[in-house]
Amino acid sequence: MSGEVNKAIPLKDLWEGGRSPFSMSYGKMMMWFFLISDALTFGAFIVSLGWFRYTYPTWPVSDEVFFHIPFVHGNFPLVYVAFMTFVLIISSVTMVLAVESGHRNDKNGVIKWMIATIIGGFVFLGSQVWEWSTFIAGTDGLFETWFDNATITQNPYGPPQYAQFFFCVTGFHGFHVFSGVIINIVILINVLKGTYERRGHYEMVEKGGLYWHFVDLVWVFVFTFYYLL
Amino acid sequence: MERDDIIEYSVGAQHSEEEGVKIRKKIWKVTALLSAITLLEVAVGIWFSKSNPNVTAGVWETIKYCYIILTLVKAGYIVLEFMHLGHERKSMKLTVLVPYIVFLIYLIFISLNEATAVSDSNFPLNSNI
Repeated sequence: MSGEVNKAIPLKDLWEGGRSPFSMSYGKMMMWFFLISDALTFGAFIVSLGWFRYTYPTWPVSDEVFFHIPFVHGNFPLVYVAFMTFVLIISSVTMVLAVESGHRNDKNGVIKWMIATIIGGFVFLGSQVWEWSTFIAGTDGLFETWFDNATITQNPYGPPQYAQFFFCVTGFHGFHVFSGVIINIVILINVLKGTYERRGHYEMVEKGGLYWHFVDLVWVFVFTFYYLL
Repeated sequence: MERDDIIEYSVGAQHSEEEGVKIRKKIWKVTALLSAITLLEVAVGIWFSKSNPNVTAGVWETIKYCYIILTLVKAGYIVLEFMHLGHERKSMKLTVLVPYIVFLIYLIFISLNEATAVSDSNFPLNSNI
């Protein structure tokens, strides 16, 4: 899996031009730099969530807000959110398997695992829609009764920032998942057309994979700092 | 004109069938670990919730730090194994991780510090001073 990275190269050749000192292609390096800047945005979101939590003496306990699961009535604290986390982790695994198949030039393997990843992305997005509508409908589960609906200005659970951060953090993350699914679909179409087979390597799958893992990484932090703590 | 500024490293990243078997084994191991941590977190969240009367402030404090440590372990596995950063050159690892971590530690420190001061002045009855 490492290849070029582990080759012994004299320091002089490495840092004096003509080759990347990171032993990494331009596209992959720029994907990493983009992800750092994106990670700063999410880091700022989560730290400011912490800021607002510290300025209030009380904050809603998410176990008491997110206890619904679709089609069944009852009290299932955080079970559905855990399911969503699980879906995202598994789709991250299928993406890693697609990258691994790409390293063996196994076109069918890449297609199989890319399709699995895209399905995982859609399941997560659908869950997100359901989660949002349940959250907005409020404690009585009805959209028509506005007094207990969650909006930007008020919500039945606690301080207004509780709903604001729900909309902003999970919304921003959900949009990243959406664009990740689009990127994965574009890459899948190129794989099916044989673009990367002709090129001789599947590095584009690896770059798309970096973005997709990043989306999973962000959700791990959102899950802890919004839902668990 | 033939371009000489494109350096392709990806071809070197390819591996054989036998190496693939080993790598896939590693991937499934990491998967099992990440799933186990998530299940543990949710189980603790259900049975030792903050709203549970048996969970005192001290116990909750411990659980809170355990959550943060487990999250960092999960994040480490995703970045180092799934995103493959652990197998890149050391210069790349440091370029990605060090500026981000240094900045975030500062941001967390200054925000929580300031927020505590704001809370103390907004809600003086809850203040310890």
